[in-house]
Amino acid sequence: MASRLGLRSVALGYLTLLLGVPVGLVLYRTFEHGLAAPINSLTSADGAHAFWLTLEITAIAVPLNTIFGVATALLLTRRNFPGRSFLSGLVDLPFAVSPVVVGLALLLVYGRTGWFGGWLTDNGIRVIFSTPGMVLATIFVSLPFVVRETVPVLQELGTDQEEAAATLGASSWQTFWRVTLPAIRWGVGYGVVLTTARALGEFGAVSVVSGRLVGQTETLTLRVQNEFERFDLTGAYAASALLAVMAIAVLLVMTALERRRRAT
Amino acid sequence: MGGIAVVWLSVIVLLPLAAVVQKSLEGGLSQFWSEVTSPQARAALELTVGVSAVVTLINVVMGTLIAWVLVRDEFRGKAVVNALIDLPFALPTIVAGLTLLALYGPTSPLHVSLAYTRAGVALALLFVTLPFVVRSVQPVLLELDKEVEEAAWSLGASPALTFRRVVLPSLRGAIVSGAGLGFARALGEFGSVVLISGNLPFKTEVASVFVFGQIENDNVSAAAAVSVVLLLISFGLLLLLSTLAGRERHGV
Repeated sequence: MASRLGLRSVALGYLTLLLGVPVGLVLYRTFEHGLAAPINSLTSADGAHAFWLTLEITAIAVPLNTIFGVATALLLTRRNFPGRSFLSGLVDLPFAVSPVVVGLALLLVYGRTGWFGGWLTDNGIRVIFSTPGMVLATIFVSLPFVVRETVPVLQELGTDQEEAAATLGASSWQTFWRVTLPAIRWGVGYGVVLTTARALGEFGAVSVVSGRLVGQTETLTLRVQNEFERFDLTGAYAASALLAVMAIAVLLVMTALERRRRAT
Repeated sequence: MGGIAVVWLSVIVLLPLAAVVQKSLEGGLSQFWSEVTSPQARAALELTVGVSAVVTLINVVMGTLIAWVLVRDEFRGKAVVNALIDLPFALPTIVAGLTLLALYGPTSPLHVSLAYTRAGVALALLFVTLPFVVRSVQPVLLELDKEVEEAAWSLGASPALTFRRVVLPSLRGAIVSGAGLGFARALGEFGSVVLISGNLPFKTEVASVFVFGQIENDNVSAAAAVSVVLLLISFGLLLLLSTLAGRERHGV
């Protein structure tokens, strides 16, 4: 019994010092001198721009990764083709790549001197130092989540119901919407939540391709660093607190979805 | 539909990575080698691998311990603690960095400042990699029959011996895979490290920060060369892990 209590205190102590106290302290520091300063920072023109830019990038990246994630998961579980294990490995790649390397990679393809740089400049299209590049970076880093969460659910589901629907004359499109999707919705939902969290919080890759132009390509995470480097701690803490609140909301949704998924 | 998915993945993932590899080899292998072995690049790579290894060892011990407490122990608020484990996955890395700096930085209310030290780098990596071992060991431990442990106890084995001989062998695969994924994550970590490390070359500059600095200084070939080394280590590691996992599944 004594050893059990000992282990419990070590585990909880470690978690408190590594997670609990630091996150609590940031929230405390943000509101230490009242609500006015952090709210002013977030509702200033640049603060509001950062917030909406973050949402805009997320709103483009998440649906794209959801559609392609479900399609890829179906491909990996329902079709047998040469190169399937290669594709499966390819899907996991973004997890093994440093965000800074992702940024560099996009720079080398779409930047001024990159592979497509000349063509893009001639046609007046700006990818790097602008929203399209930041969207591409966000899609890259958050790509695996939906596939990862959907593949095991599809495997467990099996193909019996889908085959039954097909025998009864349903088109493959109808089978997908009426049979497959309802059965995998919690798994897909979990993947979407993880994708959203990563998209809202991406920093390194977006930092490289954004050029960090305040009021133009500054997202909330970039604002944390910019404000910190300008010695505006209130601004840095305010943006951090907003992101932390979003992260906690994500955790709550994850816990709720997990419970749903277990129940079904 | 399948074709579109493959094209999408290639354009988003493969094409950009190919550009990095091409850039790193633009000046030939000898230039690649001299970029990678320049004193500053080497120091950054060695620090990254070294600190990641230390962090991984701590994760193996603490992660397994936390998973054990979450599965075998009962206490009030366990559900909250369990949900908190995922916080490092949900919290943006730059916020994690600022958070750690607030408690362990120059203005620390605890008067311990780890800012601009290697210990600070390790702390940031411990924060972001915390969930890997815990989340990999936890489900295995849940499946493990508690009665086997109790049988060992009742036959006179000490708790420590029971853990080492009965529990640990079943967890080994999960610990290795969680630790490996955490190590790969630590190698490339940027956001949480950038504020607390101070990015001092030869002292606290990790590989990803080095790459970032070289991009800003327009020294793209050095950035690409070090990136390729990072990519090679992580890919090799992932390949090794999937081979090990496959072997375990087949009971070899």
